[in-house]
Amino acid sequence: MSDMPADLKYTESHEWVRDNGDGTVTVGITDHAQDALGDLVFVELPEVGKTFAAKDACAVVESVKAASDIYAPLAGEVVSVNEALDGAPETINSDPYGEGWIFQLKLAGDNPAEGLLDADAYQQVVDEEG
Amino acid sequence: MLIQEQSRPGRPATAQAPLEMADVSDLPAGLRRQSRAALPEVSELQAVRHYTRLSQQNFAIDTNFYPLGSCTMKYNPRACNSLASLPGFLARHPAAPESHSQGIMACLHELQDMLKIVTGMHAVSLAPAAGAQGELAGVMMIRAYHDARGDHDRREILVPDAAHGTNPASAIMAGFTVREIPTGSNGDVDIAALRDAVGPHTAGIMLTNPSTVGVFDRNIQAIAETVHEAGGLLYYDGANLNAILGKVRPGDMGFDVIHMNLHKTFSTPHGGGGPGAGPVGVSKRLEPYLPVPLVVKDGDAYHWQVEQDRPESIGRMTAFGGNMGILLRAYIYARLLGAEGMRRVSEYATLNANYLLARLKEAGFTAAYPERRASHEFIVTLKKEAKEYGTNAMDFAKRLLDYGFHAPTTYFPLLVPECLLVEPTETEPKEALDGFVDAMTKIRAEAQENPDTLKQAPYSLPVRRLDDVRAARQLDLAWKPAQAED
Repeated sequence: MSDMPADLKYTESHEWVRDNGDGTVTVGITDHAQDALGDLVFVELPEVGKTFAAKDACAVVESVKAASDIYAPLAGEVVSVNEALDGAPETINSDPYGEGWIFQLKLAGDNPAEGLLDADAYQQVVDEEG
Repeated sequence: MLIQEQSRPGRPATAQAPLEMADVSDLPAGLRRQSRAALPEVSELQAVRHYTRLSQQNFAIDTNFYPLGSCTMKYNPRACNSLASLPGFLARHPAAPESHSQGIMACLHELQDMLKIVTGMHAVSLAPAAGAQGELAGVMMIRAYHDARGDHDRREILVPDAAHGTNPASAIMAGFTVREIPTGSNGDVDIAALRDAVGPHTAGIMLTNPSTVGVFDRNIQAIAETVHEAGGLLYYDGANLNAILGKVRPGDMGFDVIHMNLHKTFSTPHGGGGPGAGPVGVSKRLEPYLPVPLVVKDGDAYHWQVEQDRPESIGRMTAFGGNMGILLRAYIYARLLGAEGMRRVSEYATLNANYLLARLKEAGFTAAYPERRASHEFIVTLKKEAKEYGTNAMDFAKRLLDYGFHAPTTYFPLLVPECLLVEPTETEPKEALDGFVDAMTKIRAEAQENPDTLKQAPYSLPVRRLDDVRAARQLDLAWKPAQAED
């Protein structure tokens, strides 16, 4: 059973989103996603200053099984990235919702939850995938 | 042990070394090495033993069942190798003039013709040196076709999510954007999603049929019509051609361009990653763009067609005429089989796959697409075993090695969790297939009793379970002499 904190929002493509309350959000991949991918060996971080539309591919995580795109959950500009992941991608496996955060976005819009799922709805997405 | 580690200073094998050092005075001084190359110094016998031992450690189609799905690891007939090694072929210089190359050019010309006939395409170029290069040639031709018509907005290639990962990569290399089309739960392309996706921006679709989920797409006619009506072209990824060889022709299914993996379907050796050959076949409208060189016949003489003869060609994919040694082996294979033999290839390949799938289902394993007939390969999902015993597909794969079977493809395609993609090929006898089912059944019993047996596997190979995570995180590919010996 994977962990899904109730205070976060989620996407169908398995990113989590934390509202920082100052017009920025922090983004990572969910516990379910890291478990499905297996041991991560590489993370390609987005460039700080780049802007993305919602659902744009903006980063890549790679495990021994597969490489997978990470999508911007909301439109915005990348204001910081977790550079510690460069040398230690396994942090995403061990602490997906904490030290394993991937990047922070300064939102283009006002709504930090626009089009996102809450924990229950995300649980349903995971259940449907079987 | 690496051969470098057996090295002792002053112990070179000189018997086969050249008598004189080559004169390098014409090389600029700045480009000459300043110190001796760190080559291993071992006796001739040590070198022979080292490489013989390595060859004995190899897990190969010549030693074991090798059901690596989507790779078509079939027996490579010895006749292909010995005939392609005739001195006239082997000693031919790649720059030899046409007048000295008529024999090999006749073989290549016949191979072009045979590939045309068996795929139903209008013309074939043998130039691409691998499947992925064939793909690149194919999408570059699609681009050249639209550009020549002034149709510059067609910049999107559709790729079903059951495609080989090389498909979207090739499309992007050729300057397209890629849109993914989902696969339905029955394994066919989601035709409604395809209809929504096509439009005036559609350059084409890249399709593998049978797909990587091991089923033949029953909607191929509707797919072809939908894409053609929207003005796009159809690309056939020939990775799974073994399933339909001599039976169904991509040209008849409406495809405009196809690449063939001769190192799969035409049985040239491809262990260790190469060499390959990825000829491309095209419909009439794409013929001007074929990569060069092509072999043409004029009366009794064979000629190369190059850039000057084919000004609209997308150009060259390799130096000289492609992977000549591989093309020759494929030519000999095709001649040995004939049309009748090619039909038997696909009949036995699909029979073996369906027999193996039926027996595994009987033994209680879960087929990913239980209601579908397999093509030449099929998917088993070990999701249930992972949940119940905590043993994943990789554990089963590693344990299979101990039982003398190369593992099937694991964790591909990505659509199916904990999957094994199994392709027995036509060259396996029934006993090998039965042995594989027995091994899978025993391994599941082991998983039930003591999952740790699987987690530690393999036990009987030259190396135990490798730490692939550490290997990927800490790439260390270069040997360096120990510091102390300085």
